[in-house]
Amino acid sequence: MSTTIGGSQALSQQPDAGGHFGEFGGRYVPETLMAPLEELEAAYRAARQDPAFQAELDDLLANYAGRPTPLYHARRLGETLGGANIYLKREDLLHTGAHKINNCLGQALLARRMGKRRIIAETGAGQHGVATATVCALFGMECVVYMGEEDMRRQRLNVFRMRLLGARVAGVAAGSRTLKDAISEAMRDWVTNVSTTHYLLGSALGAHPYPMMVRDFHRVIGEEARRQILDSEQRLPHAIFACVGGGSNAIGVFHAFLADSGVELIGVEAGGRGQTLGEHAARFSGGLPGVLHGCFSFVLQNEDGQISPTHSVSAGLDYAMVGPEHAWLQQKGRAHYTSATDDEALEAARLLARTEGIIPALESAHAVAAAVRRAPKAKGEIHLINLSGRGDKDIDIYRDNFVELDAQGSDYAH
Amino acid sequence: MRISAMFERLRGEGRPALIAYITAGDPSPERTPALAAALERGGVDLVELGVPFSDPIADGPVIQSASERALSAGTTLQIVLEVAEQIRRHSDIPLLLFSYLNPVLRYGVEALAHDAVKAGVDGVLLTDLTVEEAGHTVPVLRNAGLDTIFLASPTSTPRRLELVARHSSGFVYLVSRTGVTGERESLSGSLEALVSNMRKATSLPLAAGFGISTPGQAAQVGRMADGVVVGSAFVRIIEQNLTGAGMEAKIESFARGLSTALKGVNV
Repeated sequence: MSTTIGGSQALSQQPDAGGHFGEFGGRYVPETLMAPLEELEAAYRAARQDPAFQAELDDLLANYAGRPTPLYHARRLGETLGGANIYLKREDLLHTGAHKINNCLGQALLARRMGKRRIIAETGAGQHGVATATVCALFGMECVVYMGEEDMRRQRLNVFRMRLLGARVAGVAAGSRTLKDAISEAMRDWVTNVSTTHYLLGSALGAHPYPMMVRDFHRVIGEEARRQILDSEQRLPHAIFACVGGGSNAIGVFHAFLADSGVELIGVEAGGRGQTLGEHAARFSGGLPGVLHGCFSFVLQNEDGQISPTHSVSAGLDYAMVGPEHAWLQQKGRAHYTSATDDEALEAARLLARTEGIIPALESAHAVAAAVRRAPKAKGEIHLINLSGRGDKDIDIYRDNFVELDAQGSDYAH
Repeated sequence: MRISAMFERLRGEGRPALIAYITAGDPSPERTPALAAALERGGVDLVELGVPFSDPIADGPVIQSASERALSAGTTLQIVLEVAEQIRRHSDIPLLLFSYLNPVLRYGVEALAHDAVKAGVDGVLLTDLTVEEAGHTVPVLRNAGLDTIFLASPTSTPRRLELVARHSSGFVYLVSRTGVTGERESLSGSLEALVSNMRKATSLPLAAGFGISTPGQAAQVGRMADGVVVGSAFVRIIEQNLTGAGMEAKIESFARGLSTALKGVNV
């Protein structure tokens, strides 16, 4: 294969053997986890070469999860916004309601291949926890999901879904009681039970090989979207929007387009309720490179290197660190990162619901919000939004924020 | 070179070293020098000063709480170095900084190397710095005159034990069991094999920690290793005596129980 096509070719060939995307990524963990990470990487590389593994995964993705997902032309939304051609990649239509199932099916197959019968996971919004509980039920594996108590409170529906699926939800009362603390607790479990347990990490984060492996299991999003947009428009989109917590759905949709330099890649972080440290989860504008949970990337921290609390209305984006490949793509200028505030995301969700009949997850609503903001300057452009999840889990939060809808009483006089 | 000299001296005396971990700044930076002095009076041979971190993934609940108390008391890496300097004014006991990597990155590795030596610190152990990622850090710390201590674990392959040995100086820290820090009722069976495998890779002294909390356990480990690390058990004493006097006396008395047990061990 030619290696001289240019920078974009090199971009898609990351990471290096040590799991580095440029200076980002790598492995920063207690020594106890190093041999297990090496074992996981070897097992993953072998599985990827095994046609039987890929065939089983493809079958599950098609017949269990519901792939390929549609690429839907959101005409009313585009017209309402003044003329951009907006396409939605409908990951929200997947089984369990979000893209997370792609990675969970892949890692569960891998765990089975490695002889690990106990699965642990962290979850923020609960979507990854539900997807993990789902695949564990499917494969008959023991499942423990760590979840911050604050997230358990705001995502009650998903807590119950996990329990209904047979998983144990372990509440985490440490620190800010959100995703960051859930990951710390999952890592403590893994370091203790590493011989029997696979840690099914849910984002493109953590120590190598996780950022690479999670990305690879989500690459199917971009590969499908690229074919679909070429079928519909006979050309590539001008811009792709995806929300970025750890960044798994974003890296999944971006990757097939890395070599297409004309396609703008836009990651959308949580702008929360203000620019003060602690009020948002916009790592690129408010963070600095550092080490958390196994890798080197942009992380929100104070001047003493203590990890900062974060805020977002969306639990899935409410995390202090961004995945290392995003840090690399940002540094290389291949992808751009912006943020949407809580209020912008909420308004974008309502707009999408009313123009297209689609209630998005609050996470995905951040991607919609960035496209909404761009729309006045985008007449005639083709925009692709990765609609990574659906909004059922967020109904309580929507109710709290749109109280006037609840207060309407009967909408019609009898 | 206080660390090597200490192990050399104890080899002559025929007993293993007692190493104590406390989180610096717990319950307050002002208390830490007195606690270190109490440890030394109780017979501790080396003090590990933990730098508190917001997300201590390798630590169990006892040290997590200690980190929270220390951070609430305003402890930063700079303050930990000031604490070390105060300890050094009155004592020659070897001091090891025990930290997660991120506070060190923020402080700057070069700046830390310089300031730690100036404060009288003898070595640095960075829990989540793997040998693979240590290519820049180790030479900077070593050139400043600091020992670099790395962890070896029961899960480490022979190849990894070689790497750990090559990057370590002063001693190698053996994690006696997989898991986080904290007291356990019984010792893990995996330590004996780890000691013997590590001896094949290095002539450095070996100290074992994680889960050792009683004089009996310390003596048992001391028969295999050149040093015994006790952490959470000391931190728990601090936690249980936050109000009122007597914290230092209890720390000293507990340390004496451990050091007495180790004097009965002939190595």
